[in-house]
Amino acid sequence: MSSETNVIEAKVRGYILENLMFSSDESELANDASLLERGVIDSTGVLEIILFLEGEFGIEVKASEMLPENFDSVNNMVRFVSRLQGAR
Amino acid sequence: MNPHPARLLHESLLAAAAGPALSHKTAAVIDGESHSYCDLLDSALRLAASLRGHGLKRGDRVAIYMDNSWPCVVSIYAALLAGTVFLLVNPQTKSDKLGFILDDSGTKLLLTDGHLSKEFLPVLARVTGLAAVISSGSVPAGHNILSFGSVIDDTAPLAEPVATIPLDLAALIYTSGSTGNPKGVMQTHQSMMFAVGSLIEYLRLDHDDRILCILPLAFDYGLYQLLMTVDLGATLVLERSFTYPAQVFARMRKFEVTVFPGVPTIFAMLLSVHQREPLCFAGVTRVTNTAAALADASASRLRDIFPNALIYKMYGLTECKRVSYLEPELAESKPGSVGKAIPGTEVYLLSADGRPTPVGEIGTLHVRGPHVMLGYWNRPDLSEQMLHPGKLPGERVLCTQDQFRMDADGYLYFVGRSDDIIKTRGEKVSPVEVENAMLAIAGIREVAVVGVPDALLGQAIRAYVVLEPEMSLSSGQIRARCITQLENFMVPQQIVLCTDLPRTTTGKISKKALLEQMPPEDRT
Repeated sequence: MSSETNVIEAKVRGYILENLMFSSDESELANDASLLERGVIDSTGVLEIILFLEGEFGIEVKASEMLPENFDSVNNMVRFVSRLQGAR
Repeated sequence: MNPHPARLLHESLLAAAAGPALSHKTAAVIDGESHSYCDLLDSALRLAASLRGHGLKRGDRVAIYMDNSWPCVVSIYAALLAGTVFLLVNPQTKSDKLGFILDDSGTKLLLTDGHLSKEFLPVLARVTGLAAVISSGSVPAGHNILSFGSVIDDTAPLAEPVATIPLDLAALIYTSGSTGNPKGVMQTHQSMMFAVGSLIEYLRLDHDDRILCILPLAFDYGLYQLLMTVDLGATLVLERSFTYPAQVFARMRKFEVTVFPGVPTIFAMLLSVHQREPLCFAGVTRVTNTAAALADASASRLRDIFPNALIYKMYGLTECKRVSYLEPELAESKPGSVGKAIPGTEVYLLSADGRPTPVGEIGTLHVRGPHVMLGYWNRPDLSEQMLHPGKLPGERVLCTQDQFRMDADGYLYFVGRSDDIIKTRGEKVSPVEVENAMLAIAGIREVAVVGVPDALLGQAIRAYVVLEPEMSLSSGQIRARCITQLENFMVPQQIVLCTDLPRTTTGKISKKALLEQMPPEDRT
């Protein structure tokens, strides 16, 4: 894993823990856990995450990209953000 | 085919599965996978046989604590085919409340899914009277839990018919109440079949429709999408939620959805996605809204997304499923109205002293019709507040406790609620329930919960919190504790820490004074 993806992962984890799980316990959030299945994310939560990612990483999320493969776990989000950043 | 029109909810399924025209038709598309009417009946009959095999009898309660999924749909019809009464528990529900509902309803059998085990396992030890637990997904080991897959296996027996009549209970539909604990609304086959028929009539639905459901089946608005679909012999496109809009849109296009039921929060999200990237669903011919008012401005912007759809504004409450609808053609001539009584029912307004309210004046809405509930399960006291004697001997009329105006043509205009229930994301939230959960948090001395206007949510939940002396809790810590007790939509978005709360002369916390202290833009 590159240092760049490490930074993305840390920021994404921090945001989810603080704003959606209201927790500081890192062990509560596995990088491959489904956020929908865990009940962490719902329809307004995903909009919050998108606004955060756009602001934080200077990316633009298209409506057609609002899919589980891009957002349903920390790993998916890290992969998605890295891909968009690479494409800039 | 059945020799008579369906009188019981599951008779529609029996008729569809028996007829050559519908038997192999897709009843539901779930997670992109199609399931036929005959598959639905086959699985439901096997599960029904298992319910009977566990000793369940006519009228016993079966709780279904699952996401919108194929096992959930099968479970609903299995409970009906077994002659039992189903109750759907929102999968966001946490342990304590799940336990309350299982106890309150006297549930005999729990149908659930492995991914919810963190919440349901702790409950199993203390709930008495459960004959069995059946779980879809990965079955937790060591708790004597049966696997859903093995119960509906091809080799499992099919249930024999049960002597259900239309006056039997079909469902308990739990809804938030102002007292804090949820109440089970008792609905019979007769009242639900009536409501299904009335809704189908005014929504102008037929068997060619493909009805989307992104609302939880535990919410009666979601449940009726399924019941209407099966009654029509149509197709339901069932999604777990609206969390990943692009996935929902792809399914809508692939399966050519014609009916889009939503609540204002969903429409607000749809409009926000539309701003990023224009959306257009030309194949959708009906869009429906209920649970909270859809602003006329939003409705007109929705026309860009759904250029060929009739847009219905509706109003209802679980106690009678649906009260009123506005014919889409009248949207412009009756702005702000939620329309008139649904077909086969009537509504009228009464003043506080029980007299008919003159045209244009505010009164309490009363509803008369076969769709009115039988009452609240085990709560004759609360039933009596809502069900009043009607015109005919033995008849009961629903007093909604909601304030309305009616114009000279009989069209209704919502004025306000007479309780302090909060409507957020289309869900009813009892402030008392949230307050009770928060008062159980160590360090919180007092709390008052109110609804404040919010563009996306309808109302946001705001909690005013007084901490014990020397205690320090951040709003994040408070919300973290809330989420272990409350469904996500009940967790306050706003926490205001304060040193005291305003009181009435009798010493009760005054929410009126709290609301008056707020800046005007925050007031409801």
